[in-house]
Amino acid sequence: MKSDHGDIELAGVCKSFDGVTNVVDGVNLKITDGAYCCFIGPSGCGKTTILRMIAGHEDPTAGEIVIGGQNVVGLAPVRRRTAMMFQSYALFPHLTVRENIAFALRVRGQSKVDRLRAADAMIEKVRLTQFADRLPAQLSGGQQQRVALARAAITEPRVLLLDEPLSALDEQLRVQMRQELRRMQRELGITFIHVTHTQLEAIALADLVVVMEQGRIKQAGAARDVYAHPHDRYVAEFMGGQNVLSGRVEKVNGASFTLAQAAPSGIEVPLQARSSVSVGDKIDIAVRRDDVALVRPGRDLPPGTTSLPSRVLAIEYQGYFVKVMLDTVPDDAFVAYVPEKTFFADPFTVGDVVMATWATGSALPLA
Amino acid sequence: MSAVLADIHKTDMSKSVGSAATKAIAPSKGGRPWTFYVLATLFSLYVIALYGPMFCIYILSFQDIRGGLVFPMKGHSLHWFVDLFTQVRTGDVKGSFDRSIKLAVIVTAITVVVSFLAGLGFRKRFRGDTFVFYMMIGSLVAPGLVLGLGTGLLFQALGLNASWYTSALGAQLSWTLPFGVLVMFAVMSRFNHVWEEAAYDLGASRWQSIRLVMIPVLAPGLVAVALFGFTLSYDEFARSLQTAGSLNTLPLEIWSMTLNVTSPSLYALGTVTTIVSFVVIGASLGSIVLIQKKRGSSAKA
Repeated sequence: MKSDHGDIELAGVCKSFDGVTNVVDGVNLKITDGAYCCFIGPSGCGKTTILRMIAGHEDPTAGEIVIGGQNVVGLAPVRRRTAMMFQSYALFPHLTVRENIAFALRVRGQSKVDRLRAADAMIEKVRLTQFADRLPAQLSGGQQQRVALARAAITEPRVLLLDEPLSALDEQLRVQMRQELRRMQRELGITFIHVTHTQLEAIALADLVVVMEQGRIKQAGAARDVYAHPHDRYVAEFMGGQNVLSGRVEKVNGASFTLAQAAPSGIEVPLQARSSVSVGDKIDIAVRRDDVALVRPGRDLPPGTTSLPSRVLAIEYQGYFVKVMLDTVPDDAFVAYVPEKTFFADPFTVGDVVMATWATGSALPLA
Repeated sequence: MSAVLADIHKTDMSKSVGSAATKAIAPSKGGRPWTFYVLATLFSLYVIALYGPMFCIYILSFQDIRGGLVFPMKGHSLHWFVDLFTQVRTGDVKGSFDRSIKLAVIVTAITVVVSFLAGLGFRKRFRGDTFVFYMMIGSLVAPGLVLGLGTGLLFQALGLNASWYTSALGAQLSWTLPFGVLVMFAVMSRFNHVWEEAAYDLGASRWQSIRLVMIPVLAPGLVAVALFGFTLSYDEFARSLQTAGSLNTLPLEIWSMTLNVTSPSLYALGTVTTIVSFVVIGASLGSIVLIQKKRGSSAKA
């Protein structure tokens, strides 16, 4: 009873290599069929181990892995109909591109004519026809990646697992191959699970971003959700683009509360989804770096604006925006991403005193 | 083997010295630094010491019927080569040569297979792996004569007849296996285990992944192990001395000839065995080159 659906469910999955510490610690996750899912986290967070357990290269210590309605724990990768693309691609060095791609068909016992025809069709799909007779060592990194992709795809998997597929490439190529991965995923119409430690990669590609820390899922959701509405300080800092401030709740007033901070009036934060806030709680809030506008002191501000006096610590030109580092809050880094044109209309220099301002409603309380 | 290495060495050295000299901007006296001449002299002496004695034997083996055991040369002919294979009094050269080749082939086969399996086994740590490893190294360190003597005695005690294909085979394996395994470890360390994982991921059985991925990737290394096994067995003396039984292997035959043959046919034998060694080494290196070339050309097509 093989299903063609590549929907995946992880239920209470744990993995321990030494029997003491769990590298993966009770992971529950549903991935819909045909989704592009990115696992992201620092090295050692267990993301690759999860991938290898889905692939069938490791067995979970506890829990179930269900693909297409079938518990696959203990099955060989081919029986799971998963295929893996390894971090360094693991192309067989003694086989040509065509033979590498045909390998899976060869071990299935397909005749030489059949398997080479199938391989050639796949080679065309990844646009490598002119390199079909080369050895892996004679290919560039990007070409090797395409061979690896084709070699995995020829098994007609329902899930393709990619272990840091872009880490071996240089920056330019990475962006290019990122699109190619997405294109292949659409063309094949199967579930892709991609492990990375690069935030940009994850949010650019994924339908579902899973942020991990120390074997646990910190947040899973659509890329925009995770980026714009991080659940807690860890996710906010890991995904980047947010200033995270912490302080004690000074007073709660209806739909918002006030955070005691360096600013004399405190920082007003809308309550939003978070309901249970009481005076005295220590709480983190996030303010998007691109929501922060810098204003010279003394200017009038529209109502509903939070402003904090700051000194400019450093300025980095980033092209379409300028990164301005401020000493707004004593303990946390505070950065404003100012659009290039806005910045250079009235440029600041290091040491200037400015008001860091944002619309009060855009501040986000974190768990 | 050493000849080939030495040659590579020589060309390398002259090349590097040459390029260094052309690069030097120091006031040119049109020559090389004095250290070059010192090192060149040292190297020449080394080469002479290495090959001189052997060449004496090769040269003296081409004397004619009046030839003796020492210089000067008396005429030029292949007389002593003919004598070597026809005269009974020179000893059983042909028989011992046959035995040595057969033995070397068996030893090579066993060494390659067992070393490869040991290489597979030692990829992962297991209980007592260090112990097994040191036991193996131990038989490298054990004095060959003593080991051979012990093997002979053991066979006698067990009431078995010592012969080249039983006791001598065992004694030689105690020598070639550790070597083979050590070389195999070096070869294996360059094998990326992810290739195996990839093969498994693509549906290959264990046997398929060994046959289609490991062996082809490791082929040059396996040839090197085979070469070790063959040459170590082919000229093995100490361990075979007490274990070969009534029929001699070639090194034993040569040794006994040095005691009672007093003609240049002894030298002719030396020349012939050297040629065989070089043929084997040439064939091995050739096959490695062929493997590489085949990969290269199939890539070009």
